Amino acid sequence: MATVEIRDVRKAFGSTQILHGVSVDIEDGQFVVLVGPSGCGKSTLLRMLAGLENITGGEISIGDRVVNKVPPKDRDIAMVFQNYALYPHMTVYQNMAFSRKLAGAPKEVMDQEVQKAARILGLEQLLHRFPRQLSGGQRQRVAMGRAIVRNPQVFLFDEPLSNLDAKLRVQMRSEIKDLHQRLKVTTVYVTHDQIEAMTMADKIVVMNHGRIEQAGAPLDLYDRPANLFVAGFIGSPAMNMLAGRIKDGSFIDGGGTRWPLPPAHAGRDGAEVVYGIRPEHLRLDPNGIQARIQVVEPTGSETQVTLRIGEISLMGAFRERIVANHGDVLAVSPDLPLVHIFDKASGQRI
Amino acid sequence: MSSTTTGWVRPKIEQNWLIRLLDWKPFLIFICLLPAIGLLAVFLTYPLGLGIWLAFTDTTIGRSGRWVGLENFEFMFEDPIFWNAVFFSVFYTGVATIGKFGLGLWLALLLNNHLPFKSLLRAIILLPWIVPTVLTAVAFWWIYNPQFSVISWMLIELGLRDTNVDFINTAWPARWSLIAANIWRGIPFVAISLLAGLQTISPSLYEAALLDGSTAWQRFRYITFPMLLPILAIVMTFSIIFTFTDFQLVYAITRGGPVNSTHLLATLAFQRGIPAGQLGEGAAIAVSMIPFLVFATLFSYFALARRKWQQGESND
Repeated sequence: MATVEIRDVRKAFGSTQILHGVSVDIEDGQFVVLVGPSGCGKSTLLRMLAGLENITGGEISIGDRVVNKVPPKDRDIAMVFQNYALYPHMTVYQNMAFSRKLAGAPKEVMDQEVQKAARILGLEQLLHRFPRQLSGGQRQRVAMGRAIVRNPQVFLFDEPLSNLDAKLRVQMRSEIKDLHQRLKVTTVYVTHDQIEAMTMADKIVVMNHGRIEQAGAPLDLYDRPANLFVAGFIGSPAMNMLAGRIKDGSFIDGGGTRWPLPPAHAGRDGAEVVYGIRPEHLRLDPNGIQARIQVVEPTGSETQVTLRIGEISLMGAFRERIVANHGDVLAVSPDLPLVHIFDKASGQRI
Repeated sequence: MSSTTTGWVRPKIEQNWLIRLLDWKPFLIFICLLPAIGLLAVFLTYPLGLGIWLAFTDTTIGRSGRWVGLENFEFMFEDPIFWNAVFFSVFYTGVATIGKFGLGLWLALLLNNHLPFKSLLRAIILLPWIVPTVLTAVAFWWIYNPQFSVISWMLIELGLRDTNVDFINTAWPARWSLIAANIWRGIPFVAISLLAGLQTISPSLYEAALLDGSTAWQRFRYITFPMLLPILAIVMTFSIIFTFTDFQLVYAITRGGPVNSTHLLATLAFQRGIPAGQLGEGAAIAVSMIPFLVFATLFSYFALARRKWQQGESND
């Protein structure tokens, strides 16, 4: 187990800058998720951590040792690949034992370690099968087993669940989290799925265009997104964002509708802002803003409703079961303490 | 007019014997297979059958032969020139195959890296294989020429030798020279086929192996080689068959000489059958290659080509 420090790391392929100076501190035993849309540089960062990509600038250290020039095998890390990268010509046992075999470990030690990892992951019955004969979830577990046998200081996961179907993904998600809680090994996990990030992470690092938008605990990011990108990325269904300006202690959206404003922002008269309210923070309120119903989507636990106020479309998620038709009027109001206000020009939270 | 749309009945088509015959499945299968079977029969089965038949007769050119049983084979087995050809065929195939695969695999591994002008290099490497064999043979015949050899000339100009090199006028130098020419010609096929095989290996396997702590040699030994083995086996089968039955290179460069020392079974069979006119004897020599080829094919097919990890039920 070890801390990981990423200090002002840059990456360029030729003249194309992929990472523009990224810094992350990872504590011992922490589960950190790098999340962002495709092409944001999160996988590149992970591969640099693993030693599979050169570092153009900056410094990466694992356990107080700068590893910029250390070859991958000496970094004391283990990685689970998106396509698992299991050796197809080796059995599950041989796949898991491979690193130990290369290190010249005695047969009994190797056997013990593989059996232990197999027990943790419930793979005892599959040790003599070839990867082809396994299901997606089993292959995923073998890939994790191979990582566990190495007994590394840091686990790296590169979108490990993206090849699984939705149900299995949820199951493996909790298996990985459970595994982390048992082994307490520092883990860096890359995904583009914000739900995976929210449910698994101790700390989320949201990346976009090679920069870190915000890093912090999942609920901090949800409660206090630092900017419009994070606000839109974290949370499902996504936050409603209305552009407009502040006037006489209220917010006036583009269609002229007047929204209540948290008292802290009341003094910024005339400011151009974005008014953010999560769908689950809209309440049914007979005295609220009149909206027309576009679509009603009941999920059972809640009802998601697409609403229209003038030209503006927004989403609401309500605990109540709503029975209504297209075009009906619904009066809603925002939960005032949970409204987010962003500066329109910079996109930053104010 | 409205009655025609509602009361329309599909007219009964007169089923004559031809239509009924073509609707009969066994006949249809036969008809569809006929062109392929015809071609195979005329161009493969008949020549092979005729060759085997001739091997049991005393046919010469201009006289149809009589059945003589195993007489040709009895004569052949006591003929030192035949045994010399058997030895050289096996030696030629063995050494040339090792050379081709050693160098071809090395070349394929080099080409699998990121090199500048990669596609141009690949195209150049295919050249020896594209050139007709006879042209290769003529070129090598000049290269090995006792008087005008370019290699001799270079060595003398460089001051490394005083006399021309004897490439093809004594037995062993001639054998090695022919093997060298065959290797030169065979490398592209091996290199390009193995390169295709190498490119099917996922780069993430090498990355995983890198993290598992492997050295470059261990990655070759435990990842590249086992995963290349199935395609290696198939390419090797083809290569062995083509090398063992080689004719053009040897016949164009040495014609089996000096003193029959470089005869392969194919050149000896031709020598006996056509210029010497002993068709029966020549056919017997050609037929004697069959067991070896069958063995080589079965060996690589069963022992190398099919691996357990490629079978098994797939869950994809």
